Amino acid sequence: MTAARIEVIVRDGGRVVRLSGRWTLATTSQRAAALSAELGGAADPSSSWDCLEVEAIDSAGAMLLWRAWGRAVPQNLSIRPEHWRVFERIEVADGQPREALVPVSPLQWVMVIGAATLGAGRHVADFVALVGQFGLNLAYVLRNPADLPRREISANLYKSGVRAMPVTALVGFLIGVVLSYLSALQLKQFGADIFIVNIIGLGIVRELGPVLVAILVAGRSGSAMTAQLGVMRVTEEIDALSTMGVPRSLRLIFPKVAALTIAMPLLVVWSTAIALTGGMVSAQWQLDISYGFFFETLPSVVPAANLWIGLAKGAVFGMFVALVACHFGLRVRPNTESLSSNTTASVVSAITVVIVIDAIFAIATRNIGLPG
Amino acid sequence: MTGTPAIRIRNLATRFGDVWIHKGLDLDVAPGELVSLVGGSGSGKTTLLRMVVGLLMPDGGSIEIFGEPLFGGGVARERSLRQRFGVLFQHGALFSAFSVFDNIAFPLRELKRYDEDAIRDLVMLKLSMVELLPRHGKLMPSELSGGMVKRVALARALALEPELLLLDEPTAGLDPDRSDSFVRLIRTLSEELGLTVMLVTHDLDTLAALSTRVAVLAEQRILAYGTTDEIIRIDHPFIRNFFLSERSVRALQNSRPASVPH
Repeated sequence: MTAARIEVIVRDGGRVVRLSGRWTLATTSQRAAALSAELGGAADPSSSWDCLEVEAIDSAGAMLLWRAWGRAVPQNLSIRPEHWRVFERIEVADGQPREALVPVSPLQWVMVIGAATLGAGRHVADFVALVGQFGLNLAYVLRNPADLPRREISANLYKSGVRAMPVTALVGFLIGVVLSYLSALQLKQFGADIFIVNIIGLGIVRELGPVLVAILVAGRSGSAMTAQLGVMRVTEEIDALSTMGVPRSLRLIFPKVAALTIAMPLLVVWSTAIALTGGMVSAQWQLDISYGFFFETLPSVVPAANLWIGLAKGAVFGMFVALVACHFGLRVRPNTESLSSNTTASVVSAITVVIVIDAIFAIATRNIGLPG
Repeated sequence: MTGTPAIRIRNLATRFGDVWIHKGLDLDVAPGELVSLVGGSGSGKTTLLRMVVGLLMPDGGSIEIFGEPLFGGGVARERSLRQRFGVLFQHGALFSAFSVFDNIAFPLRELKRYDEDAIRDLVMLKLSMVELLPRHGKLMPSELSGGMVKRVALARALALEPELLLLDEPTAGLDPDRSDSFVRLIRTLSEELGLTVMLVTHDLDTLAALSTRVAVLAEQRILAYGTTDEIIRIDHPFIRNFFLSERSVRALQNSRPASVPH
């Protein structure tokens, strides 16, 4: 392939710029900057341009020349007719009105704050509407049990409940071991070995079990729900459902929320049991506290109310994780960027909501189930 | 450039599981031709197109583009070969997170050789070539109609000044009016830019209006390759069904096939 070449010939007072070679993207893009500098040096209102020896030209090559010419055809130009067409196209494109750039207002920051506030307000309004819709659906299903979306609920129970059992068990066991091990190191110093049962029992049953499971489920099932609803919106499946007269809130959102509200307390029991086992193993190993002693002491130092609080937390966490996931899933717009940002927002918000609710629970139940 | 075919396929074989899709398939596309690939559903037209652009590897045989193999010889060579052809996917395959402008600018930016002003000029030129207005550049792919998606995708395929254009069902999903104007656009551009075009289509109007030659893919190979008039005379059940049904005859009469270039 012959490269693009520029020759400047000074002849009886006039300058002739002779171009030759191939002026295509393939040959010019490698040295676009050098060529346009060279052309800029050669361009002069008085120069005449000889393009007859150009072998081939495409719009990338022509654009280089066009810019060097100052966006107008020079007066003295000789060019092959088949090469002329590309300049005609450029002239047409140049003739079209350009979008005026809107200058950035000095009050831009006010607009940013305003937009963020309005956006936050819309989030809250949408979320309240979603919760309200869930309440209405629940009332409707209670009055018409035949319309209960059984299959969907059962599928969701399996997906977000049963399939989450291995990971919650693993994490629960390890947390139990670690917590027990670290507490044991401290308790040994005071000779307060037997209090390990109180610490492990109360901490895991009341606090750590529900929160840990909620965070795992928010990352696992919450993101999956958001992504699923989001893709269904992108592919217009949600619209298709609505046109068939199937209400999306009843068929898509209700089963997810209901299933997670049921599954979460069960997962809490499961992972709490496993975490206690982990703690027990570690306590036996570190402090020589026998399994039998641990089992006997546990009910007396951890009142049953704590278990009920843990279960209630689990149900509320599950409901809110699913609601937050659905809320963000329905906000996905049909592009990949929106899908990813909403999935991220869903998980982050779900975890934040879980922690906030946990704090509310801690204050509301401060007089229940604590010894002393 | 004459002599080397733009696309040269020799003895191509493809297998999905234990079903042979292609077996001993040969095809040459000369520069400047507009070749339509037709065939029944599941005959492997799109598979063949995806192999030509290097998205799928054949199980046997060879494909050469401008006399060069698609794979091997280092990243730089593979990349520069891929810049010599543009692909228009059936559903446009626009990047949904980018605006129309950024979609068309993307391949140019990837070259890393042009400044933003030059890219802007080139993108505006491509937009005008596909008969879109500068203000359309700001739209997002989800805001476009089906016809506009195809136009933007075509502009993106043309961004790197390809010599070969591959189109997968260019008019599928467009209404007849849009489809006609899109076909006219492809034809004008391919004549002006001297493009070689290979397209997969089901639509006889598109086929009749665009192609200088037709390749019929059936029985795992290219059953027939010639001008529309030549193809119609071949007596084969698929060709009879495809070209000589009442609907097809009407379509073929309405638009006479494009003339074969010298």
